[in-house]
Amino acid sequence: MRVLAPLAFLVLLAAAVAVPGLFTAVDPLAADPAAALAPPGGAHWLGSDHLGRDVLARVVYGARHSISIGVAATGLAVTAGVLLGLAAGLSPRWLDEALARSFDTLSTLPELLLALLVVAIAGPGTGSVIFAIAVAQVPTYARVVRAQTFVVRRSGYVEQAVTFGRSRAAIVAGHVLPNVLGAIPVLATIGLGTAVIATSGLSFLGMGPQPPAAEWGSMLSEARNYLRVAWWQALFPGAAITLTVICLTVTGRRMQRRFEGRTP
Amino acid sequence: MIRRLLAGVAVMWAAATAAYLALLLAPGDTVDILVGDGPDTPEIRAGIIAEWGLDRPEVVQYLAYLGRLLRGDLGRSYQSQRGVGEILAGQVWPTAQLTLAAAATGVALAGVIALVTAGRGRWSRTAASAAELVSVSVPPFLVGIVLLSVFSFTLGWFPVSGAAGPEALVLPALALGLPIAGVLGQVLRDGLERALEQPFAVTARARGLTERALVARHALRHALLPVVTLAGWFTGTLLGGAVITEVLFGRPGLGQVAMQAVTGGDLPVVMAVVLLSAVVYVTISTLLDLAYRVIDPRVRA
Amino acid sequence: MTVSAAPPLLRTLVAVEDLRVRFGRAEVVRGVSLAVRAGECVAVVGESGSGKSVTARSLLGLAGPGSTVTAGSFRIGGRDALRFGQADWRRLRGRFAGLVLQDALVSLDPLRTVAAEIAEVLAVHDVVPRARRRDRVLELLASAGVPDPEARAGQRPHELSGGLRQRVLIASAIAADPELIIADEPTTALDVTVQAQILRLLAERKAAGTALLLISHDLAVVASIADRILVMKDGRVVEEGPADEVLSDPRHPYTRTLLAAVPSAASRGTRLSAPGTPVPPRPVTDVQVLAGTGLTRAYGTRKAVDGVSFSLREGETLGVVGESGSGKTTLARLALGLLEPDDGRVTLLGRPWSGMPERARRPLRSRVQLVSQDPLGSFDPRHTVGRLVAEPLGLPRRERRDRVLDLLERVGLPPELAARHPRELSGGQRQRVAIARALGPRPDVLICDEPVSALDVSVQAQVLDLLADLQAEYGTAMLFISHDLGVVHHVSHRVLVMKDGRAVEEGEAGQVLTRPAHPYTRALVAAVPKLGSAQRNASPSKSPEERHSSMNRK
Repeated sequence: MRVLAPLAFLVLLAAAVAVPGLFTAVDPLAADPAAALAPPGGAHWLGSDHLGRDVLARVVYGARHSISIGVAATGLAVTAGVLLGLAAGLSPRWLDEALARSFDTLSTLPELLLALLVVAIAGPGTGSVIFAIAVAQVPTYARVVRAQTFVVRRSGYVEQAVTFGRSRAAIVAGHVLPNVLGAIPVLATIGLGTAVIATSGLSFLGMGPQPPAAEWGSMLSEARNYLRVAWWQALFPGAAITLTVICLTVTGRRMQRRFEGRTP
Repeated sequence: MIRRLLAGVAVMWAAATAAYLALLLAPGDTVDILVGDGPDTPEIRAGIIAEWGLDRPEVVQYLAYLGRLLRGDLGRSYQSQRGVGEILAGQVWPTAQLTLAAAATGVALAGVIALVTAGRGRWSRTAASAAELVSVSVPPFLVGIVLLSVFSFTLGWFPVSGAAGPEALVLPALALGLPIAGVLGQVLRDGLERALEQPFAVTARARGLTERALVARHALRHALLPVVTLAGWFTGTLLGGAVITEVLFGRPGLGQVAMQAVTGGDLPVVMAVVLLSAVVYVTISTLLDLAYRVIDPRVRA
Repeated sequence: MTVSAAPPLLRTLVAVEDLRVRFGRAEVVRGVSLAVRAGECVAVVGESGSGKSVTARSLLGLAGPGSTVTAGSFRIGGRDALRFGQADWRRLRGRFAGLVLQDALVSLDPLRTVAAEIAEVLAVHDVVPRARRRDRVLELLASAGVPDPEARAGQRPHELSGGLRQRVLIASAIAADPELIIADEPTTALDVTVQAQILRLLAERKAAGTALLLISHDLAVVASIADRILVMKDGRVVEEGPADEVLSDPRHPYTRTLLAAVPSAASRGTRLSAPGTPVPPRPVTDVQVLAGTGLTRAYGTRKAVDGVSFSLREGETLGVVGESGSGKTTLARLALGLLEPDDGRVTLLGRPWSGMPERARRPLRSRVQLVSQDPLGSFDPRHTVGRLVAEPLGLPRRERRDRVLDLLERVGLPPELAARHPRELSGGQRQRVAIARALGPRPDVLICDEPVSALDVSVQAQVLDLLADLQAEYGTAMLFISHDLGVVHHVSHRVLVMKDGRAVEEGEAGQVLTRPAHPYTRALVAAVPKLGSAQRNASPSKSPEERHSSMNRK
């Protein structure tokens, strides 16, 4: 049960992203000023917000924004990070040095500030949030992949493959790539959690999907003005983010333990 | 050591260059932004171009920009037409106050968590790692919202916003410091437990040392090493988190300035904040590198 | 059984009856009884997993986290240890008994100076007043044979050589002048000449009246110093008695297997795992397969290999011995073509091998194969045994499978292991997989770099026997690198002795290792711990009946 719970939650989440209608029949954007700030129960299971919109529907539809931004940003960052990291790890020394220094430079900038800089240039909105988070996370992936490439290249099994007379290309394809890329799903799962937090942070600051779109971070931003009277407006999107990230982190760490169990 | 400083300077130069490139990449005509809502005539435009040197080749503009940076001239704000340095100077102190207080809170809490729970069996391990999991999984602003609704709105112990007096610092410092405490506490705890399993710990116990003395004289120093290597993450979290915390708690500071600048497309200001945080980052990581050498004499060789 | 060997008037320092240690449900020590009297040396010998280390640590109440220790009776220092609280144990540790562990690089706190480590014992037990501590530390360093104590005191473990580190560790164990030293593998991982020095230092302490409980996997190491020997296997003591009796007339079959498994000059030509049976003859032809001339390779300014020449003929084993840092592994990498010599050249099967572009070398690669010390590191962690063995073959899929099973059979592994991952195998099985991989391409030369150093002596015996069988069958030439003179003497036709990157002596194995010409070889041979002459004749000659009867003694 304890093993399956995080995974089950993630499956539900994926379903909410794909077919939100499964979970609620209510329109997340339908405002009803008469029913504003209604507590949980009755017509609104999780209450309603300051414009009378259904909190449950907004949390469900919010998953679509929050998760898909996170997934897109992580996908972009992982792809670029893996390519750059491999390029550095397999390149001649001078090129590797140059790439490594540029990763270092990028990571001297706090991720959130780097993301803000991107938004400042590209303007707020879904696309720029994806791009901003991806840019901020690329150096992390690139560094990990580069380091892992070095470890594998210097490993006993690659050396042994050389003594078997295998070509460089065969060794890269047969040993280096599989052993480096094997760790990527683990990294990406944990990284997705970070990306979801970053997404909600940027949305909270008003940089993400613009109102009236439902997004967990911007829901919290709206809710903070009504904390005194309507705790539910903040509680449920907050819980949604936290649970999502916890489940992603737990799943990622489990994968990591399984992965490391295989590596001597 | 000199190599370390040179590397720091190189990183700074690269960051400045990246910032300059970002300016070039920015959509929209700089002149349009500078004209803003003011009167727009060809004469005024020509004046602006001459004043900002926008007609010179880009390489010259770049070198001039580096030269200004070296003299500490961060440029002028598009929005307020004031010097960026002047704008930032007034806001540095509140942010420094916040980040230092949060860092102190985080480090102190982490130390308490680690020392109380390390080596105390499975129950405390589970509790500590659950706390760590939650602290990395909750968005920092949510921590702030929870603190606000409990201690300000419900209990009324602390002001809701502003930066007046020490009470106003408590909640923001906690909101920013708690996630740090969770992660640092876990790393410190793991380090302590690992050190206590090392052969030298067996030797030390075999000398008749108490567990407390073993932690104080041997294990703590080993456990600090992985903590010090987290410097980058630590600084980044503090500086990035400061933006959100300042907005949430309505505190003045660099974060608020950055947010207004981002919203208004005031790139010189955004860039100055980014560069400033890079300076802080490089300084802190260099200092902690030195600290690492003091803690672990093996790396001096 | 005769326990009366030690004079009965001596005071008993430690006496434990029916000691049992459990970790969770696993019982690792199962009813051990043990006594150490003042001034005597008791040795506990066993292979990995025998419970010897845990037994020793339990005597200080340091069996480890999660352990449950019980005993029928347990007296230490004249007190009842079954009633000890933590404070009682602490009073005892360091003061009554000092502990010396293996490898002082990790057994001393790497972040603190040598002086701080030793002074800690003095401070905890308040042995000497604070003002005199520094002087006492220097005295202790000097008495442990550390030269220039003033200079060493301020250094940290990583700045010292392995031998000096171990001396410091001993100095800290004897700082509070304990009556008993518990030494757990105190010389493992040390070079043989350094090991001899450390054993001499321990013998000096014993002569000065300190009792010694010595834990070791190596019967030869304890032979020179122990008064009594306990042999442990699977958490039990299987044999116990005066040292010379256990070594010369072992009663338990396990002890006999252990003794017979130790490779040496005397064991040449016989199986180590089946004493008395000869290995098939391993003829050497005149065909030279691998040769190096004037090989030199430097790392920075240090020459790891300096002007070494060697040649290897078909069917021949050339043993390369030397202590750590002598350049053995660099020589292996030069021979494998993994490293280019700065000077000199390597030829393989009469063709140039060094100084060639990798593309030209590749077709010849299958002619030289490597068996390393760490087989697990040479396996891709994602692959099964079958896939690992198939990797160097490059055959079509169908033929590959048959060939893999054939190779597994040849190295004595059951076919069902093909589907397993190497991390599920034992150390000996892993080394067999490594040998099967190396044999796959039917190489002319096998480079074995410390192939048995990480194995227990009984497993080592099986692996060495296997290598001998394979050489007899295929006529493979071997460059056999080892720090262990006994192993090299057992397997080699000829021997090359290395020191500081140079070859100091080369020749026929018996000649070099029994009548060494070079002073360094002489020192090396002299430093090897000897089992004594008696056991060699005793063990393999026993008839099955005798063996059976001695198993049922008591």
